[in-house]
Amino acid sequence: MFALFVIAPIADGAWISLFRWDGVTSGTWVGLGNYRAAIHDAAVRTAFQHSLVLILFYAVLPVAVGLALTGLLVHSRVRGVAAVRTVIFLPQVLAAVVVGVAWRWLYDPEGPINQALAAVGLGSLRHSWLGDLSTALPAVGVIGSWITTGLCLVLFMAGAQRIPPARYEAARVDGAGPVREFFAVTLPGLRNELAVALSLTVIAALRAFDIIYVTTKGGPGDATTVPSLLIYTRAFVTGQVGSAAAIGAIMGLLILALVVIITRLVEDRP
Amino acid sequence: MTASGVERAVTYAVLALFSVLCPGADRGDRADRDAPARGAADRGRAAPLGQPGTFRSAWDAGGFGRLMASSVLVSASVVALTTALCIPAGYAFGTMRFPGATPIFYVMLAGMVVPFESLIVPLYYTFRDAGLTDTYWALILPQTGLSISFGTFWMRAFFRSVPVELADAARVDGASSWRVLWRVLVPIGRPAILTMVVLVFMWTWNEFLLALVMISDQSHRTAPLGLSTFQSRYGVDVPSVSAAAVLVAAPVVVVYLLTQRQFLRGMLAGSIRG
Repeated sequence: MFALFVIAPIADGAWISLFRWDGVTSGTWVGLGNYRAAIHDAAVRTAFQHSLVLILFYAVLPVAVGLALTGLLVHSRVRGVAAVRTVIFLPQVLAAVVVGVAWRWLYDPEGPINQALAAVGLGSLRHSWLGDLSTALPAVGVIGSWITTGLCLVLFMAGAQRIPPARYEAARVDGAGPVREFFAVTLPGLRNELAVALSLTVIAALRAFDIIYVTTKGGPGDATTVPSLLIYTRAFVTGQVGSAAAIGAIMGLLILALVVIITRLVEDRP
Repeated sequence: MTASGVERAVTYAVLALFSVLCPGADRGDRADRDAPARGAADRGRAAPLGQPGTFRSAWDAGGFGRLMASSVLVSASVVALTTALCIPAGYAFGTMRFPGATPIFYVMLAGMVVPFESLIVPLYYTFRDAGLTDTYWALILPQTGLSISFGTFWMRAFFRSVPVELADAARVDGASSWRVLWRVLVPIGRPAILTMVVLVFMWTWNEFLLALVMISDQSHRTAPLGLSTFQSRYGVDVPSVSAAAVLVAAPVVVVYLLTQRQFLRGMLAGSIRG
């Protein structure tokens, strides 16, 4: 079953990516031409650059926020942790389509965000967040941050609870302040969680199809076009199937490589 | 209040909030939108609680009865298939030694990382050639394929954590490995299995790209796909779109809230071991 629907498509995809094919007539053999074309294709490059920006919002920012909050909260026995956990994890559970629909409404020119801006006297900042070339990508990125921050925080908090208290006591005996304690005890103790959080969020950033399809469809222009969206439009709208398969293969390899790199990096640190 | 009491209270609070606040928010927005046209007198017209009517009209307009039925069918099939296949597979990987076990397992793990986006093009053409697009099979089979890699990994971890003595004791009593699996191990593994079922259900329910590509025919659409179409058609009608979004999100949210303890524990444990 697995072989049939995962392994076979991988092989099949690699095969298709070697042809120029519109999905209807028979294809022309182009060898690695699709890959060469993809690498030189400005649209593909832009899309991967957008992915980099999204990684910042989906992965870097949430991980940083999660770590900072964990560092602050690690000693306080906050009441109702379980309750908070339930709520901040919720975005992770919702269908991306639902999240996209909700945020599209929030970002609407007449939506709550703009209304709130107007209400506090910042009416001049009102605009169509998703429709503006300069704000569309960050706006999508913020949605990503909203989704993944909860995941990171829950992971890190759970990890921090597994750090033996003796290590904190030892650090205190050595005269470490809160900041040094964070870097000497908490951060090393969260190595595994860090690897997991980074892997999951980077994958989410590189995929990001549902959210973008629902909110902007890659627009305005190509301001929010990402590789997964290119795969979809090329394969199913504009009939560049070979090219789409090549982008898919590049994306798959990239994700695989990133996950391996992240795991290595985090594990190598003493 | 005990910890679990607090947790339960919050669960119900979130549920209640969802059921009241969402239509409430829509109502506020609609009032604001319509205000210039209708005059300020209408601003406060809405009832203090949500308007069930919005849900009913969205349900009818979007054909959500049908969409939900499709989603339930697909999710249930994927969950059933995954469970049926992953328990034995995880058992084999977790407790037996057979040639090639390690390489096969690594290939399986790779399946957890490869995104649908990379597979969707070949998948689509394979299914089209087989005449399976616009059928539930086009959703069930690939989704099961991807879920299997996680499920096998997850069940393997569980079977490894079970003390060997337990299975050995049963075997001494003359039980076959198959019997040991179903009579001894599966009953203890119920929490692990439940977590897997919930996760797979959630992923399947929320899956969008696969449905978008495979399904063009109205009658086989899933709920998220229906929501996306609904939004592009009724985008201006914010209350209806929000009501539709709540409808699509509701099953997953309810399942999550009801099983969240096991779910979070399972998810954390699973991801750490990965």
